[in-house]
Amino acid sequence: MPLLEAVRMALRTIRSQKLKSFFSLIGVLIGVTFLIAVVSIIQGMNVYMEDQFANRLVGLNTFSLRQRPDIVTGAVKEEEWRSWFRRPRITYADARYVKEHVTVPATFAMFCSDRQTLSFEGKQAKDIELRGTEDSYFRIKNVDIASGRAFSEQEVRTGQAVVVIGDLIAEKLYAGVDPLGKSVVIAGLPYRVIGVAAKQGTLFGISMDKFAVMPYTAPARRWICPHNVLDELEIRATNPADVQVAMGQVEALMRSRRKLRPDEANNFFLQTPEAALDGWKKISGILMTALPGLVAISLVVGGIVIMNIMLMAVSERTREIGIRKALGARRRDILSQFVVESATLSLVGAALGIATGIGLAFLVKAVTPMPAAVAPWSIVVAVILGVSVGMIAGVYPATRAARLDPIAALRAE
Amino acid sequence: MNRAIIEIRDLTRHYDMGGETIHALRGVTLSIHANEYVAIMGPSGSGKSTMMNMLGCLDTPSGGEYWLNGQEVSRLTDDALARVRNKEIGFVFQTFNLLARASALHNVELPLVYSGVPARDRRSRAIAALTRVGLANRMDHRPNELSGGQRQRVAIARALVNEPSILLADEPTGNLDSTTSEEIMRVFSELHGQGQTVVMVTHEPDIAAHAERVVVLRDGRVESDRLNRGAAA
Ligand SMILES: Nc1ncnc2c1ncn2[C@@H]1O[C@H](COP(=O)(O)OP(=O)(O)OP(=O)(O)O)[C@@H](O)[C@H]1O
Ligand SMILES: [Mg+2]
Repeated sequence: MPLLEAVRMALRTIRSQKLKSFFSLIGVLIGVTFLIAVVSIIQGMNVYMEDQFANRLVGLNTFSLRQRPDIVTGAVKEEEWRSWFRRPRITYADARYVKEHVTVPATFAMFCSDRQTLSFEGKQAKDIELRGTEDSYFRIKNVDIASGRAFSEQEVRTGQAVVVIGDLIAEKLYAGVDPLGKSVVIAGLPYRVIGVAAKQGTLFGISMDKFAVMPYTAPARRWICPHNVLDELEIRATNPADVQVAMGQVEALMRSRRKLRPDEANNFFLQTPEAALDGWKKISGILMTALPGLVAISLVVGGIVIMNIMLMAVSERTREIGIRKALGARRRDILSQFVVESATLSLVGAALGIATGIGLAFLVKAVTPMPAAVAPWSIVVAVILGVSVGMIAGVYPATRAARLDPIAALRAE
Repeated sequence: MNRAIIEIRDLTRHYDMGGETIHALRGVTLSIHANEYVAIMGPSGSGKSTMMNMLGCLDTPSGGEYWLNGQEVSRLTDDALARVRNKEIGFVFQTFNLLARASALHNVELPLVYSGVPARDRRSRAIAALTRVGLANRMDHRPNELSGGQRQRVAIARALVNEPSILLADEPTGNLDSTTSEEIMRVFSELHGQGQTVVMVTHEPDIAAHAERVVVLRDGRVESDRLNRGAAA
């Protein structure tokens, strides 16, 4: 019997007992839902982590020279953590030295930050990330100015008390008022607001607009970094290849400047978007290793359920099998009928699982800050798994059906 | 006389029932020729159904020979038997044995599915067979939407659709009232008139009266085998 015929027959049987069919394929449905949803979320996270997290937090084609990592997404041992703090800090002199000696085209910005309270006419914005940096910072981090302007190189050189504020601060302190030209008090010192940054929205539900940027030379600098010391030197090259070259050069420059022996490890850190992703890569790696196991378990359970349902179907439909045999069905016709039926059943389960999995992924995307992106390969895998689980589960019941004796089967009630 | 379609020689069939052996057939020898119309009669338990199942290749004999169209079927493999059931035999059961979930048309198409006839031809041949038994207007009905007589016509159409060399019917009117039985008998007579070889089990004499020849079984043996007076020979 042609395959198409068998599939049509199977669909007719499945349609005629919808509820029972649904329950029988629930295991496969769950397994596949799980597969699709988890892969979609991991995939979505990957894209999100790369595009948003890494590139927004660290910047495209950007890396920074730091004393220690600041974005730590994995687990770090206590000792290692402590050793980071014993390292020498990055100084203005380090920054200048590196700036002068990197040969590929690059933009640099010295950078320091800390949490501070900003106030205006009795209103306060607490826990604001106050950044002290250079004018090049806006270019490196792609900070768009919604109104007003960024500070200039001259303002940095002369240490002007000017500040560019994040959207959230504009909202909090200057509701209904144009903040441009207004004053803001930072750590007891008056500043002039010269620009408001474009709204950046949230990252994992955390606002990206709670910051203020001032020249690193401005009066409040002593509140964010000790004299002559930097949190980091931001470095942006023009393309990924130059980033690699620049990183190599910065590493070599710092090692020679600090007179590290070849067997000594770096006592500074180069933060890259990739390094920021390390922890996530570990987590997604674990998920991706555990996933096949979890999916396999539910598929095995699903397969056993289908096998039992098919065994039941064979005994319930013994008479039908007898009729078919009486009309000339060969063993292999009956065998393929039940295997195809089982595979079709399972495939329907897989199809429903794909739909619910995608649905679930998008639900997660809608109600949590986590993103989702359906991976086409996971759908292909789901379909293949669905069909094979059904076929394997169907073989034994189908063999029993095929072996039935026509007259005995016809006599069955 | 026409060529023999069925030749059975000393056919036996016994059942082992936990130590006790039941002899359903104790050695039946019989020939049935093309275009014959034979009624098998006999008391309950005499072995009529057992013999019909053997003739229909649904069951295998314990001993003896069964030649169908010059081929010894008692030696055939499973698949070959399936092919014989599909091509050579049309079987009509007392209980109709239709697929409950399928339409009349699909039921009739089934034997063609198993002989690998393409879908389009299948449909037209099934329609033709249903038309032959006067059911062209009920093709899309399911068995439970049909009367007993109509169900049996569907079963006859199904038995005929592959143009078998022999039509076997085990008490085809057993579940039908007398009026409907007469209708079914008219269908059989018509088919016989068109050249179909028919073997039918019945224990009603007025049903058997439609046949040309009556074979009576008793206790697993042929008791009598005679031509029907009055029936058109
Ligand atoms: N599967 C079986 N197992 C055991 N004994 C059987 C089986 N089938 C039939 N028999 C026995 O074989 C004998 C013949 O049965 P069969 O069904 O051929 O009778 P029949 O002539 O068709 O009777 P009826 O007119 O009641 O249908 C009976 O004694 C019956 O009990
Ligand atoms: Mg009987």
